[in-house]
Amino acid sequence: MTDIFGLLKGKPEDSDYENKGVIVQGITGAYGSLHTKQMIAYGTNVVAGVTPGKGGQKFDDKIPIYNTMQEAVDATNAKISIVFVPAKFFLGAAKEALNAGIKLLVAIPEHVPIRDTMETLDLAIQKGAVVIGPNTPGIMIPELIKIGIMPPMPFKAGKIAVLSKSGTLLYEISDALTNSGFGQSITIGIGGDPINGTRLIDAFEMVKDIPDMEGLVIVGEIGGDSEEILAQRIIDSGFNKPTVAYIAGRAAPKEKRMGHAGAIVMGNYGSAESKVSMFNKANIPVAKRPAEVPVLLAGKMEKSD
Amino acid sequence: MQLLEFQAKELFREYGINLLDSISSTNIEEGRKHAKEIGYPFVIKIQVPVGGRGKAGGIQKCQNDDEFELKYPQVMDLTIKGEKARAILLEKMADIKKELYLSIFLNRSKRCYTIIASAEGGVEIESVKNQIIKEVGLGDVSDELAREVAKEMELEGNTAEQFIDTLKKLSKLTIEKEAELVEINPLAIMQDDSIMALDGKFVTDDNSNFRHPELQQYQEKTAIEEQAEKSGFSLVELDGDIAVVGNGAGLVMSTLDMLSDNGGKPACFLDVGGGATTESVYEALTLISQLPRVKGILVNLYGGIVKTTVVAEAFLKAYENNLIDLPVFSRLKGTASEKAKEMLQGSRTNIFDSVEDAINAAVMGIKK
Repeated sequence: MTDIFGLLKGKPEDSDYENKGVIVQGITGAYGSLHTKQMIAYGTNVVAGVTPGKGGQKFDDKIPIYNTMQEAVDATNAKISIVFVPAKFFLGAAKEALNAGIKLLVAIPEHVPIRDTMETLDLAIQKGAVVIGPNTPGIMIPELIKIGIMPPMPFKAGKIAVLSKSGTLLYEISDALTNSGFGQSITIGIGGDPINGTRLIDAFEMVKDIPDMEGLVIVGEIGGDSEEILAQRIIDSGFNKPTVAYIAGRAAPKEKRMGHAGAIVMGNYGSAESKVSMFNKANIPVAKRPAEVPVLLAGKMEKSD
Repeated sequence: MQLLEFQAKELFREYGINLLDSISSTNIEEGRKHAKEIGYPFVIKIQVPVGGRGKAGGIQKCQNDDEFELKYPQVMDLTIKGEKARAILLEKMADIKKELYLSIFLNRSKRCYTIIASAEGGVEIESVKNQIIKEVGLGDVSDELAREVAKEMELEGNTAEQFIDTLKKLSKLTIEKEAELVEINPLAIMQDDSIMALDGKFVTDDNSNFRHPELQQYQEKTAIEEQAEKSGFSLVELDGDIAVVGNGAGLVMSTLDMLSDNGGKPACFLDVGGGATTESVYEALTLISQLPRVKGILVNLYGGIVKTTVVAEAFLKAYENNLIDLPVFSRLKGTASEKAKEMLQGSRTNIFDSVEDAINAAVMGIKK
């Protein structure tokens, strides 16, 4: 099982405890540089950037830029990277990172071909690395480390784990949680693609044993069956922390891709009804609106007290 | 993108998968010519990018000219699950011994390609019995595995050999064209024990389009969808009267759900992507102004770091340039929202603090 907190925070005896280094691939692009600044402002320790041909330069006058991931990893010993390159260059960038020893790869680009994602995952498994995404907003421990593109305002440190396929719904629902007094221990963006480096079920395995976790929020959407599989795992494992789900796409027409490559209902495969009914079977209430999530969570907590 | 049957069959033909004689046409004059070439009896099959054609009357047998003249226009006029006929395929009638099922699809939860095969095909996949399921990684099917599948299906002799050959070709097609799904249902055993693909379904991975210029000829996009794609938006046209715009696929889906729960009917799903700028919102309004039936616009923007005044500017510009003359019901989460409200005072745009309020106002406002 992946020790995600070990990767993001490290151990108290580490010299870089709660200050793990992050390398940004595609740091000089418009999107990469905007979000690098935002991550630094949030407190993330960005130690290097990679842009082929720009090695030797500095980003923002302080962060060294390298031509290759190998050089960046050799110089910094970082184990985390975030990728901002265009989708068609993603596979190359991901392979470079994994071959250089990256153990947590956060894949931001949307529109990565499925085959490229699958090849990336094959390599990640060989190397014992974790991939978050593609098409993810990223991963964060609020008020400690943000590896992604989320705005800071919706999030607050706390004891609820949030797993979400959608980016903006992650912000929306975390905002609602924060406003109701539910801070977050970790938020993981699964991504909106058909193939996810970290599936809902993998993310669940990462967070389920957090000792002081008080609740779990699952933000799903139409397409595939990862919500159903997670609900079944929750039933089988006897996980009993208060859990609430939200599913987007109840009103979406069948056989149409709703913005995300993975958000498509084919026949009955991927339908909202199927997901809602599995969550119900697992005794997990499903909110009708994002604003209803904290209300249902509070209700669950009262019952479990 | 889901190809039409005749397009999928063009790919099958290219990969050497056995097919009956068939020709597609888009009008009855062409169809008459094809009828002569193929010869009675044949079937006429509506070409739509959805399943359930048979049940909806979209597949009809023709024994003679009279039947053809009657049925061709009938089938051409059908609408199946909201989809109009793109073409009509005429296909030679087959003398079938048995119907099999065969597909290779992207198994999302297992994260690998998977073969489903059955000796009891010809019905929808949900009802296919005795499914043989094999995971095949990135899609490559070895001789041994193909043989094993044929054996489990209890195929023998020449039929087994032809099935193995078909499965290997289907695997090659899946890999080379980067399909999400390739399905032959039914795959028929003919009276002479040969094997033929009687139907074909093919779903591409649109994200790999840049590597497949040869598949672009099958792209079917309306002008407005093309325009949306150029702007980096996703647009799905729907049949209601309230245009729904937002940033992020999940958020827009969620807005559609809430609008529908409140009795509103969405005219479109329009996702303008992560951020929101004056330009992107103006571009979104330009697209909406071209949609039919729209009586109001529901905007749901969650921009943690977006200045809502930037969005307000886009609305004002759109009214000023007479781009739209519609009421806008908007929820803008972001910074400087008081200022944005001030800017929009006296315009036809209303800003609400919650999406629920914006939706209620939109539903009420449109009814009036």
